[in-house]
Amino acid sequence: MSENAPDRDVVIIGAGVVGAAIARELSRYELRCTLVEAGADVGAGTSKANTALLHSGFDAKPGTLEARLVRRGHELLSEYAPRAGIPLERTGALLVAWSEEQLAAFPRIVARAHENGYTAISRLAADELYGREPKLGPGALGALEVPDEGIVCAFTPPLAYATEAVACGCELRFGTSVTGMQRLERGGFRLETSTGWITCRFLVNAAGLRSDEIDRMLGHDGFTVTPRRGELIVFDKLSRPLVNHILLAVPTETTKGVLVAPTIYGNVLLGPTAENVLDKTDTSSTSAGLEYLRSEGERILPALLTHEVTAVYAGLRAATEHDDYQIQIHEAEGYACVGGIRSTGLSASLAIAEHVCAELDEAGLPLRPKRELPDVRMPNIGEGFPRPYAEPDRIAADSDFGRIVCFCERVTRGEILEALAAPIPAPDLDGLRRRTRVLMGRCQGFYCGAQVRELLAGTR
Amino acid sequence: MTDVIVVGGGPAGLACALELRRRGVGDVLVVEREAQAGGIPRHSAHQGFGLRDFHRVLSGPRYARRYAERARSAGVEVLEQAMVTGWSTDEALEVTSPDGRESIRGSAVVLATGCRERPRSARLVPGTRPDGVLTTGTLQQLALRGMPIGSRALVVGAEHVSFSAVLTLAHVGAKVVGMTTELPRHQTLAPFRAGAGLRYRFPLWTRTGIARISGRSRVEEVELVELESSQKRVIACDTVVFTADWIPDHELAVMGGLELDQGTRGPRADTELRTTRPGIFAAGNVLQGAEPADIAALSGRHAAGSVARWLAGDGSWPPAVPIECQPPLHWISPHAIGPSAEPPPRGRFLLRSRDFIRQAALEIRQDGRLLWSGRLRLTPGRSTLLPCDWMRGVDASGGPVQVSTPAG
Repeated sequence: MSENAPDRDVVIIGAGVVGAAIARELSRYELRCTLVEAGADVGAGTSKANTALLHSGFDAKPGTLEARLVRRGHELLSEYAPRAGIPLERTGALLVAWSEEQLAAFPRIVARAHENGYTAISRLAADELYGREPKLGPGALGALEVPDEGIVCAFTPPLAYATEAVACGCELRFGTSVTGMQRLERGGFRLETSTGWITCRFLVNAAGLRSDEIDRMLGHDGFTVTPRRGELIVFDKLSRPLVNHILLAVPTETTKGVLVAPTIYGNVLLGPTAENVLDKTDTSSTSAGLEYLRSEGERILPALLTHEVTAVYAGLRAATEHDDYQIQIHEAEGYACVGGIRSTGLSASLAIAEHVCAELDEAGLPLRPKRELPDVRMPNIGEGFPRPYAEPDRIAADSDFGRIVCFCERVTRGEILEALAAPIPAPDLDGLRRRTRVLMGRCQGFYCGAQVRELLAGTR
Repeated sequence: MTDVIVVGGGPAGLACALELRRRGVGDVLVVEREAQAGGIPRHSAHQGFGLRDFHRVLSGPRYARRYAERARSAGVEVLEQAMVTGWSTDEALEVTSPDGRESIRGSAVVLATGCRERPRSARLVPGTRPDGVLTTGTLQQLALRGMPIGSRALVVGAEHVSFSAVLTLAHVGAKVVGMTTELPRHQTLAPFRAGAGLRYRFPLWTRTGIARISGRSRVEEVELVELESSQKRVIACDTVVFTADWIPDHELAVMGGLELDQGTRGPRADTELRTTRPGIFAAGNVLQGAEPADIAALSGRHAAGSVARWLAGDGSWPPAVPIECQPPLHWISPHAIGPSAEPPPRGRFLLRSRDFIRQAALEIRQDGRLLWSGRLRLTPGRSTLLPCDWMRGVDASGGPVQVSTPAG
């Protein structure tokens, strides 16, 4: 087979938070990049359904790549978020002990944090704990305070990264699943996809739950993804005053336990469960899971259970048999496998991208910085920052920002139209939800469901 | 400062505003967040509105228009597409509209924010999250806008509104594959049930819950569970309509620091529809979900009388005597007895039960003293009208009034 030079310098498989971050990083250089995504939108898989916490990495396994990248990612995202319009709040976390046994685990947890280079962790006595969290259920014996844990919007980061990548010239292909792969004789890859084939010199596998399958297509057999399902319950915003910090459980060998946390949108989150499932698409909630969460919630923050439930969802973590990320750079092949990013992908995303980019540089990918980089600023959907409905200047400039369509979440017609016309426009109702929060509130569309569907249909 | 701000331009809010003008109150402002005032009846394209207030039968949209027009011609200022998003620290209301953002202040505020149906998530129904899961509210607005709905629908709930959803589904050509309720029987009027059953021929599964919804992008099937036998049954359908299970839209009430009634989940209000905060009243279905539109409107009209007295009064807000319900009674509305001898709206309390009791023996007592006893029929999800003549025997300085079914 005679070969032309590959079409693209780099193809990144998977537009989740990790793939989008890598695409953003690589697009800053003079490279022809393509980001391919099997689904219809950015961040529509595992990236959309998680606890949306910004981890400091205090509890990571010392010495692992994950420990290093979460710590660095925390730093990078904290710096990037305000520039890019990503809502992020450093609420701090309290790791609460409910038994003597859990209390006895504190020195070990502190020692691990120190080993990870995190020294801001400190001990709170029971009375101090109840002073900080007066609504906490009875029986807590003390807590560890981790001031650098925070809450973040899980939807905006992958969109911001991908938007920036596209603005830098990265090609983005949706509905494109990789079905086969061959190596080219003179180096590089030929990808067979559901929308035709693409050739590239370097390949990045950020396929999340399917990263092991992609890896096997290239003859590697380093890991197997076992989806670990986490179910979560989101409570009505009226419950928000009940809690001030992220309330973590003392981890056991098998699980980090159920947490209660404020969300960046002003709700309270309860979850997750942790259950291995066989089907990589099985994001269904179960009655057993919800019952378990409610019993945990009743114990941690009893008053929470008197509030209405706004949403229930489940996500799949890309867990593997290893206890670290599965990031392998096959230098000779020009292939980077970025798999097994369980639970901490959002926090570590920018550091993973930085790391992968540096490794590809080592592997011979020429990195010549572009002269000008665009400034990308995403619309704010966080509750702790000004939203258009409350901004007289926005409304004066365009009265559509004074037309509230979604009453529960105060989403205006202006924001919906903006999301439908964005550089990466909302392809469907779920995409619109993630960009604007429309339909995510307590009525779940009772009032505005029809109008929003009409606005969406009007643009298609 | 405006004399009265009415939050919510549905039947209760508009009827209240109209009556305030009739009583000579100067500035009455209705703030409505939808593009048109009129409330929920705007979406109910069937007959049956207006019997108790206009003494005629109208369609929902005509009924809604009639109120909006009458209010305007009576001099009420109706602000549409304007939403009260909260209270500012100085007790003014914050409003967003296409004209901008402003703070408005009234000598009295009437909350008439209505109620909504609990969606699937609030009912903790497990499964996947496909499209095609609706409430009656969304269903009727989709139908009104000519938007696609689905072809095979399961209706969850068997109250009046559930049968209204059946009518809408039939109107858009969707087949009703069945109706479920966790209760032992339906809660609508027998003729409604018989008529709908005969005409549209769908089964009613009683004592049945929803175990799971499945489907990827669209609903594919629903697993039902018989509550007593735990026997499961899978129904193929592409649409699930969650009906009834109303909850007052109490956000502003809570944000304003008003006390909620644990039964109705609406702001606690007395027979004069005064809430627990001076100068703030509540009317219509924000007090309890959900009564028919005309009953909500009459509640608004009733509130207008109290508001007018407050405006003319000395600014005092004497305490009310709370009324408490014992299980299986669920709630009573209004939730307290006001300082004047004024009876509740329509001269009746609304009483709800969690169980069906054909001839419930009821007792009303204060501090152990029997005020009233009688037998009434109780149906979950439907209000029983409780007479109010016993109010005269209530001691304004006594303890809470207790309503119970002592025989069990």
